[in-house]
Amino acid sequence: MPATWTRRLVAAGLAAGLLAAAAGCGSGDDAADGDITLTVGLFGDFGFGPLYEEYERDNPGIQIEERIAEFADHHTNLTQRLATGSGAADIEAVEVGFISQFTAVPNRFHNLLDHGAGDLEGRWLDWKWQQALSQDGAELIGLGTDVGGMAMCYRTDLFEEAGLPTDRDEVSALWIDSWGDYVETGKDYLAATDDDSYFFESAGNMFRAMIEQAPVGVYDTDNTLLVEDNPVVSDAWETTVEAIEAGMSNRLTAWTPEWTAAFGQGTFATIICPAWMTAYIEGNAPDAAGLWDVAAVPGGAGNMGGAHLTLPAQGDHPEEAYAFIEWLTEPEQQLRVFQETGNFPSTPELYDDPALTEFSKEYFNDAPIGEIFTDAAQQVQPQYQGPLQGDVLATIGQGLGRIEDGSQSPAEAWAQVLSDVESLA
Amino acid sequence: MTTTRPAATVPPGAPSTGTPGRHRGPQGTSWQQRRYRWDVKGTPYLYIAPFFILFAVFGLFPLGYTAWVSLHDWSLLSDEQTFVGLANYRELLTDAYFWNALRNTISILILGTVPQLFFALIIAHLLTMRLRGQTFFRLGMLLPNVASVVAVAVIFSQLFGRDFGLINWVLESIGVGRIDWQAGTASSHIAIAVMIAWKWTGYNALIYLAAMQAVPRDLYESATLDGASWWRQLTSITIPMIRPTIIFTVIISTIYGLQIFAEPQLFAGGGQDTITGGSSRQFQTLTLYLYEHGFNRGFQFGYASATAWVMFGIIVVVAAANYLLVRRIRSSA
Repeated sequence: MPATWTRRLVAAGLAAGLLAAAAGCGSGDDAADGDITLTVGLFGDFGFGPLYEEYERDNPGIQIEERIAEFADHHTNLTQRLATGSGAADIEAVEVGFISQFTAVPNRFHNLLDHGAGDLEGRWLDWKWQQALSQDGAELIGLGTDVGGMAMCYRTDLFEEAGLPTDRDEVSALWIDSWGDYVETGKDYLAATDDDSYFFESAGNMFRAMIEQAPVGVYDTDNTLLVEDNPVVSDAWETTVEAIEAGMSNRLTAWTPEWTAAFGQGTFATIICPAWMTAYIEGNAPDAAGLWDVAAVPGGAGNMGGAHLTLPAQGDHPEEAYAFIEWLTEPEQQLRVFQETGNFPSTPELYDDPALTEFSKEYFNDAPIGEIFTDAAQQVQPQYQGPLQGDVLATIGQGLGRIEDGSQSPAEAWAQVLSDVESLA
Repeated sequence: MTTTRPAATVPPGAPSTGTPGRHRGPQGTSWQQRRYRWDVKGTPYLYIAPFFILFAVFGLFPLGYTAWVSLHDWSLLSDEQTFVGLANYRELLTDAYFWNALRNTISILILGTVPQLFFALIIAHLLTMRLRGQTFFRLGMLLPNVASVVAVAVIFSQLFGRDFGLINWVLESIGVGRIDWQAGTASSHIAIAVMIAWKWTGYNALIYLAAMQAVPRDLYESATLDGASWWRQLTSITIPMIRPTIIFTVIISTIYGLQIFAEPQLFAGGGQDTITGGSSRQFQTLTLYLYEHGFNRGFQFGYASATAWVMFGIIVVVAAANYLLVRRIRSSA
């Protein structure tokens, strides 16, 4: 194909001309004895390790190789590799904030409907299935792994010190009605604690949670940006700004070393907790076992995060890769991943399975996290995700960051967010 | 290629290069003689050709191609590229974020390079003196340069951490108070400049040291006899004598400083800040700006290529200005 060939040449030339190439990744070549190596590109650890081993054991001739990148880098690299037609893994994870960007270019992926995925539609929550479909519904680019129904994790010891209730039902009752009540609780918390203690880790996360709960977020279904026109967005902005100005935010950026360290130091009392967050809390603060607990999130149900596994069209082994991800997203495997890491299954079949619903973790003070996240996932009303969803939310998060570090007033930050978002499109 | 041209006039291996050719009058030089002449003239070019071929393939072609791309609305994600003339350049020069990136780059360049070269000079001068363990010190100078830039940036970002960084810990314990290094414009520039200086001071010191070896010792001896101080010897003998080397290091560090990428990117920590250089773009450099447009937002290679060319122009101008500036050092007193 001349088109692909030119594109490759272009890409190679440009990459050399623009930047000294960043460290490249080797591609998983087939072993000499006819074995097939499937590469899996993920952001963070999905807890698939033991599953790989089992699959390799049951399927002689298949080798699985995992590559883990940082969240932001992962999606940038994936786009780059799709565009240049080389370098992508056989199987690539895509987070929900980025999925519409890729369903818009379905020809860069193997159509999973051609491999028989159509028969499995009932396996996933309907909205999870829809998210990976192309606009015309003719192509499916990914199979769902986890969903991120939200809860609120909180430190019982810090709540106790601040004179707040520690029982999870009483805590839920403090703010279940609205984010405004959450902010009020935060003010009480701050009044009772010293200066080094904060109510939550980052304002961007709080903002994102509010947006995810709304029926319509930053995009209309015809891909119009609604940042300026959707009252939900400006209300969420104002509530978040109020919390920042009260001094509640620890001003951390997720995934930075500071953020990780802050868990261990216990500098903040609450964090918005999609199911997958529980694994990070546990990993970042191994010494805080029993101190964390899980309550309801203010403002109702919403989904934050979760991923799909996709097969880039440049992969040479679509048959084998499809068989593998089909197996990997089976309810049975999703349940095991949940028990291992906390990533919550996207397969409703499990939602009345006692192995899931009765699951609790000692680390979280034996909170019934299986039940909490099952309820959360079942109540989620799907929200349309636009093509630049992830970038738009990140841009707004930066605006909040500018208020947090004092470099701009809320009005200035909002004005810049609007102009930045406009230049994104 | 030059060396194949004689083959066109006299086919190689032609059987008639013997006796008849020898008596051909004025142009009667034999084929062997001509071949010898071509050999002498042409072979050197052949020997240096690999460099120029590689340079053409990996240097010149991408450079030219980038110029071509910069005239298009060229996104990697779409298959169509439309010719837009200089629109990318116009858009670039009217973008406040571009000027912000340029300001940041220049500021980091000055903060990172001027003290760096100054200290390199002092260190090199100290190392020319009689010292115990001279080789140890000289080799030690190079160690920071051996460390990968990513490792340096990661470690320094931790040191400059807001809440748990060593530097803030020290500042707090001496009563100065914490500094949010990433958040401020000046503080972030200083932190990045420190990373650059740490990595390159020793390297430049070694280059100066090598140049100082060529300075005649008797100059120093007579200066010492005349009672010249250590500082006087440095400014009146060493600096003028190694002027060409100083010019070289200034230009090389300028080029490096205008292209820094990994330090600010990693310093940001995570998320969108790694692309915009902080939430207010307070330390977004030109290369980060280029990266943002070329590899993050819609893969606008046309726009990124225009940025690359403008950067190229800026580097040439700044390097030339620095050259003129440094050339004013009086050569030999």
